[in-house]
Amino acid sequence: MGFVGETLDSLKRTQLRDALSQAISLGMIVTSALMIWKGLIYFTGSESPVVVVLSESMEPGFKRGDILFLHMNKDPIRTGEIVVFNIDGRDIPIVHRVIEVHEHGGTGEVDILTKGDNNDIDDRIMYAQGQHWLQQQHIIGRAVGHLPYVGYLTIIMTEKPIIKYILIGALGLFVLTSTE
Amino acid sequence: MHSFGYRANALLTFALTILALMCAMASLSDNLNSPSPSAEIQILNINWFQRHPDGNDEVSLTLNITADLQSLFTWNTKQVFVFVAAEYETPKNSLNQVSLWDGIIPAKEHAKFWIQTPNKYRLIDQGGNLRGKEFNFTLHWHVMPKTGKMFADKIVMSGYRLPEEYR
Repeated sequence: MGFVGETLDSLKRTQLRDALSQAISLGMIVTSALMIWKGLIYFTGSESPVVVVLSESMEPGFKRGDILFLHMNKDPIRTGEIVVFNIDGRDIPIVHRVIEVHEHGGTGEVDILTKGDNNDIDDRIMYAQGQHWLQQQHIIGRAVGHLPYVGYLTIIMTEKPIIKYILIGALGLFVLTSTE
Repeated sequence: MHSFGYRANALLTFALTILALMCAMASLSDNLNSPSPSAEIQILNINWFQRHPDGNDEVSLTLNITADLQSLFTWNTKQVFVFVAAEYETPKNSLNQVSLWDGIIPAKEHAKFWIQTPNKYRLIDQGGNLRGKEFNFTLHWHVMPKTGKMFADKIVMSGYRLPEEYR
């Protein structure tokens, strides 16, 4: 009785320990990912420091599935820069090049016109109705760096959600079953 | 301990680390290149020059652009985006930059070029200030790498002037 009970107790204790340490390592993974993301937001000054290129409008410079690193600072926007901007009434931000800038003398406000390198005409037709220019508040960052292909996984995952669930499931299983 | 999953994970992590390192080194190696591009722009013709009903001036030009951007290319260069902008100051705006022409140079062999072209994008002022306006041409380039940091710079050419009369 005494022997069996002790063994059972210690078994329970080690199982509890394993479960706890696994929960902690899982938590570490999640929190460090969050820390990296928030740290990037802080250091780049852009609310979304990394974006995936979704359209072909900037080819051949940026292809679908490439990722861009954004940076945002006080420097004024100038022609030639590749900016990411939001349009009122559209969910998905757009990555295009600035082709025209008018900076007002007194206020320092800017009027910006953009165009995709691979498009024939400028972006005025896809701005909100009656909007002729972008202003500073529409800009969420300017592209400073580029990494090819890496974002393709996110495109696949948004287009075929089943792959996302399989991946998350496999990862979760891996974390839970590994004892290292 | 040395299960299949464990080994696959270690291999994948190692491969990705090496790949990231190589990308970073390729991008850093671009800093070793100190380019010396050159460019020249002439106005061949003022095609027309008019005022819109809303009071904005618009001008159409034919440009002669000569440039040698070969030194911008390195082994990590995917393409160079080049454009010519007119820059001027008006009473209302402290800076106006209007892109007039742009092009994509896919390879070093095409980086020494000469082109005669009317302005591809319209040169419209925010107001009626273009008559007799002094302005600069700037030739900008934007080096887009295969991977890593992008580079941009420009050559400013000053001393151009638009005509006094509409036509």
